[in-house]
Amino acid sequence: MKIKLSQALSIFLLSLASAMAQAATLEVKEGESIQAALTKAKAGDTIKVYPGTYHETVFVDKDDISLIGVVEDGEWPHLDGEKILNDAILYSGNGFSVEWFKITKYKGNAIMGQSGNNFSIRNNWVIDTGLYGIFPEFGHNGLIENNILSEIEDAAIYVGMSDYVDVRNNQVFDNVAGIEVENSRHVLVEGNVARNNTGGILVFITPGLPIKSSYDAVIRRNFVTNNNTPNFAIPGSLVAGIPSGTGILVMSGDQVVIEDNIITGNNTGGIIVTSGDFVTEVASDKDSDPHSDNVEIRNNVMFDNGNDPDGEMKLLMLSKFSTKGPDILAYQSAADKERGSCISRRGAYRSYGLEEWADCDAPTVRAADAVATATDIGTSRQLTTKMLEAPADPRVITADAGGAEVVYNGICAGCHAYNVRLIGPPALVIQAQYGDDVQALADYVANPVKRRPDFPAMPPQGHVSEDMRLLVAEYMLGLEG
Amino acid sequence: MCLAPGILANDANTNFELAKVCPAGFVLSAEGGCELRTLYDGYSSPHDSGVGGPRAGLPDIRDGFSPEVIDLGRYLFFDPVLSGDNTVACSSCHDPDYGFADGRGRALGINGETLERSAPSLWNIGFFDTLLWDGSKTTLETQLLGPLYSTNEMGNTPEQLLADLSSNEIYLQLFADAFGTPDIRLNQVYTALSAFEASLVSLNSRYDFYAHGIHDSLSPSELEGLNVFRSFVSRCGECHTPPLFSNQEIAIIGVPEPEGRPFDPGAGATSGIPSQRGGFRVPSLRNIAKTAPYMHQGNFKTLRDTVAFYNGGRGHAVPESENLLIHWHIWEPNLRDEELDRLVDFLHALTDEGFMPVIPERVPSGLAPGRARQLEHEYGWGESSQNEQRQQTHSLQMQQQQKHHLEKHHLQKHQREQHRKHLTSRAE
Repeated sequence: MKIKLSQALSIFLLSLASAMAQAATLEVKEGESIQAALTKAKAGDTIKVYPGTYHETVFVDKDDISLIGVVEDGEWPHLDGEKILNDAILYSGNGFSVEWFKITKYKGNAIMGQSGNNFSIRNNWVIDTGLYGIFPEFGHNGLIENNILSEIEDAAIYVGMSDYVDVRNNQVFDNVAGIEVENSRHVLVEGNVARNNTGGILVFITPGLPIKSSYDAVIRRNFVTNNNTPNFAIPGSLVAGIPSGTGILVMSGDQVVIEDNIITGNNTGGIIVTSGDFVTEVASDKDSDPHSDNVEIRNNVMFDNGNDPDGEMKLLMLSKFSTKGPDILAYQSAADKERGSCISRRGAYRSYGLEEWADCDAPTVRAADAVATATDIGTSRQLTTKMLEAPADPRVITADAGGAEVVYNGICAGCHAYNVRLIGPPALVIQAQYGDDVQALADYVANPVKRRPDFPAMPPQGHVSEDMRLLVAEYMLGLEG
Repeated sequence: MCLAPGILANDANTNFELAKVCPAGFVLSAEGGCELRTLYDGYSSPHDSGVGGPRAGLPDIRDGFSPEVIDLGRYLFFDPVLSGDNTVACSSCHDPDYGFADGRGRALGINGETLERSAPSLWNIGFFDTLLWDGSKTTLETQLLGPLYSTNEMGNTPEQLLADLSSNEIYLQLFADAFGTPDIRLNQVYTALSAFEASLVSLNSRYDFYAHGIHDSLSPSELEGLNVFRSFVSRCGECHTPPLFSNQEIAIIGVPEPEGRPFDPGAGATSGIPSQRGGFRVPSLRNIAKTAPYMHQGNFKTLRDTVAFYNGGRGHAVPESENLLIHWHIWEPNLRDEELDRLVDFLHALTDEGFMPVIPERVPSGLAPGRARQLEHEYGWGESSQNEQRQQTHSLQMQQQQKHHLEKHHLQKHQREQHRKHLTSRAE
């Protein structure tokens, strides 16, 4: 049984409005610690980091922090993990922005988020940060824009178990996977350059994760070229199974629109749509659907793909009497009619397995129609973003008088039961002592002194705001069995 | 005025009386059920999954049971009358002193028989809908039928259980108080036990206070440990996802079985999905410092041994005859010794037993409440203490295996480095 957010209350955190009013800018110069500034920072603050080399892991568990690099005369603030540190930037706070950092030589990630909503990751330059470059996980509503990432052992940009994310205008090259959308929904991947990776752009459902679906992804207006780098992924990782020379790979993803991309020079194939059976190294999961449904492939410019198919794909193509790989391949169950996928201008491509796919529209666009706001002509052109109009739930406990109950039961009840001795005296005993003197009890809990020889001293609860202490004291003194 | 402590607790009285107030953390609703209130109620989680990070909502808990039903469950839980020969209670293997586990590698059933797997902790079990090591049960009520009636665990039968309880005047009265029926029904037994188990909530560790924004509640070394924990290098937090520190999925990680034990197929034997061979449900890590030894058969003695396993290389301890689909998060993180130490520090910050229920001094059957220590007295720690020496030898073997494994992968790493050099020279 959960209470509604509106019933929840501010316990520890300042309300957003008051924090914003006091927003400060903290500066970090070479030789100083970024984390030290973060320890001082409050919600709403901006931290400016000046050029220089910083060897640290920066973690942000506060809301509305902006971490902004200052680039001067071409000199960047440089986070250097020296292949010793795991992550450059970890965040869980909501409303986190990070811009203008050069990040190199970490073991795990450049920027990894867990559960922060409303994030913005822009203008960062990432080289060889281990497994991932930019990896928001469990986030709602975010922007990944204008970043440049290379030499990543797994996915350079990895949108994991997230919703409402735009990935725009990034450049990813010399990685195993350029951009990966995994178990995520409502994602726009637009205007990126994905070149010279093992695989350019991937939309996956990975089984065995707690969020099971991946649907509503629009892959649009990207340049997906020459993704022929030999696979250098860690053995056992999911992307270790991606054939070198893959342009776009959809595995188990649903409602994926692949439109207006330029896809050339990928030696295994331009677009591969397949089921979860494609990767055999991962245990199945009865709750995740392995089939790719409702994929729409429209109006992509493709040539020069499939010149030298890799590994198993080569054998597959030979079985189809071709030494070349395809522009487009629908493989395994993705080829079935009941999967509801469609292709425009099918005759334009060297494709395999699309015999049962429906035709979909990709009408010629006249000059007059060629703007984003043009009347819907059966394409994704009207779409401008998958981000939300209003920010997602910020997961802040906001002020509300109704919830002294939550604080009392969430914290106080650990030591005080109604009529049973726990670590502290029972509420009955405290009621007998304080009567209805709410203020006295609220003051006491902020600075408790040891009074009862047979009980341990109470830890101070000064972190609870004064208003809230009064409400909780009132709640405790009013408790009935 | 000051009441003598303890005098208010029911158990000090000679008569058994069921509590009319909800357990700590729960509030009585207008409908008469106890509903949990936690600081996590203020947060949502993506797709109501109950996972997601420090400030994400929990999965729904099994709550809404009346105070009386929960309290009846407490007596039943500790009462050996539930077993076929009246020697073993639920609490014999799920003992509050051992984090509601039993401190053993493999649990003991009736007649001191050593069972196949370890007794899992019950803290926060009310949030789970994937139960048992192999994840084969989805509700507390269906899960508990297993231990109650299997011949080597509690060895009871439905008929005997019902007859024993129904011939006990105290239980007749307590069931009537809790359920308002003149006779006892087996479903009521299952409900009451489930209600009590689901009341075991631990969400106020120092980690939790950190998550809620009190940033000095973790020490610097614990904070360092948290950052190792949630890094994608260690990947601990990917499966042991906050706030429960479990994503409730099945994962195949390739733990070595204790010396002399056959390979345990785990979920692969029960889920109907052969590719899950060697897979187990990801356990919660809350109160993990209380529940040594670790893994499905007590495979590791200490938390330090356990975290070191994950550093040993992918599949390093898998028997050669097995071809397991090891989880992709198991790899070769190359964590430094001090990072492993910090991880252990952090795991200790997940301890919170603030909502420990009152342990009854007496139960309605008149038998001594079941405790893990009683079994120790009766049967000794036999297997465990013998294992101590064995495990030392074993961990030496493991180290050697790990070394071998690392050497094997050195070549692949070298190839990757060569590739990097190639990329770099191309860029220059």
